[in-house]
Amino acid sequence: MPERIIVPFGPQHPVLPEPIHIDLVLEDEKVVEAIPSIGYIHRGLEQLVQKREYPEFVYVAERICGICSFIHSLCYCQGIEKIMEIEVPDRARYLRTIWSEYSRLHSHLLWLGLFADSMGFENLFMRSWRLREKVLDVLEDTTGGRVIQGTCKVGGVRRDIGQEKLDEIHRGLESFEEECRDLGHVFLNDTTVKNRLRGLGVLSKAEAYDLGAVGPTARASGVEMDHRETGYAAYGDLGFKPVIETAGDCYARCAVRLREVHASIDLVRRAIEEMPEGPIDVKVRGTPEGEYFSRAEQPRGEVVYYLRGDGTKNLSRARIRTPTLTNIPSLVKMLPGVQLADVPVVVLSIDPCISCTER
Amino acid sequence: MGIFQMTKTVLRNLSGGPATRRYPAVAARKGPITRGHVVFNPATCRSCGICSRRCPSGAINLDKEANFWEIDRMRCIACGECVEGCQFDSLTMEQEYFPPVVDRVVERYHITYVKPEKPAKKPKEEGAGENA
Repeated sequence: MPERIIVPFGPQHPVLPEPIHIDLVLEDEKVVEAIPSIGYIHRGLEQLVQKREYPEFVYVAERICGICSFIHSLCYCQGIEKIMEIEVPDRARYLRTIWSEYSRLHSHLLWLGLFADSMGFENLFMRSWRLREKVLDVLEDTTGGRVIQGTCKVGGVRRDIGQEKLDEIHRGLESFEEECRDLGHVFLNDTTVKNRLRGLGVLSKAEAYDLGAVGPTARASGVEMDHRETGYAAYGDLGFKPVIETAGDCYARCAVRLREVHASIDLVRRAIEEMPEGPIDVKVRGTPEGEYFSRAEQPRGEVVYYLRGDGTKNLSRARIRTPTLTNIPSLVKMLPGVQLADVPVVVLSIDPCISCTER
Repeated sequence: MGIFQMTKTVLRNLSGGPATRRYPAVAARKGPITRGHVVFNPATCRSCGICSRRCPSGAINLDKEANFWEIDRMRCIACGECVEGCQFDSLTMEQEYFPPVVDRVVERYHITYVKPEKPAKKPKEEGAGENA
């Protein structure tokens, strides 16, 4: 039996944008066990809910993560709106959907770039990020911020998008979709990429379900689970079918995200076409009293906000469960059996967002 | 054919220019509503204090007695709540990002707004308000 050695992976590693530490138990070059540890960037943001008034906490929620920022604020606002029984105007729901899908686009393109980088495919990394820049430009032109949008508020949205701009976005989607298709073509059909990803870090459907995997990690293993199906914001009106792959390996996880890019483009297009007229917010009076579990689908999976208000301006408790936290058990399951050189690819395949995880 | 997927990109890269710009030599891209930084006009501020109350990060400090308005640029998150709340148009959002600095920047302004004198009251008519 070969000797076992432990190689520390992270918290500082060239492929990791954020710090997570994994102790890899190796037999020769093969991983036999992975022991993760987190807690390098805990900031205590949940506790801030007692210090910031409930409308102000939107800004804190948005800064939990720099990539799924809009959906964090959306999930928080939906929770408060349910507690206070506020009906959000239709136009606000549609605008929220557009910005959510644009966040998803920018997150997925960012991930595709990082994933290509983890394989050592620098050119593809730059190509993905060049495409992502177009998404960020639209976000900046419609919200005023590239990654921190700051447009969601309790009771609606803070900013409207004019018809002219909506038409411009709609026109731009066509060439953007074409470029995304070209990009996806490289990821899915290039021989080197395919050889690197096929059969790597396999997670079966039963394992994904048992370990509580969410988002593209679960959907790549064939678990049909996407919170957008429940129809929050305007997803109910637009109709939505989750993207499923069944292989459960890194290639499938990449394919799910690529197909979700096209699904998002399609959702944005239909949201613009069916955009209703009307107000974008309602006046909010009073303070939240009660509790609610608010859920939304982030690019990485389902985020859950537990909010409890006691009738004062500050909430008494907020608990945020983010998708990466529930995907770490799946990651630990994927790693045994892979070569040490493939570990960065497998770790990145769950799209780890450590800022979210540790809040 | 799997191995020529990148040919199109390679050809385009050879003919096209770089996708990035040489910041800071070339200014960063900004849109018409980009939230860059907040600008204060001390001539119109009436010290109502809405901006400092609305600020989620506590970056704005208003001293009503000494007539000073302060903004801590390191705390300001450029959310625009103060600009939306200001009823006297004393605050505006500029599109340029605040330049990078190495020290904490707290800008302090002396409020120069002078309350216009009220028009002289009309002399009371005789008998008015006697039975009130």
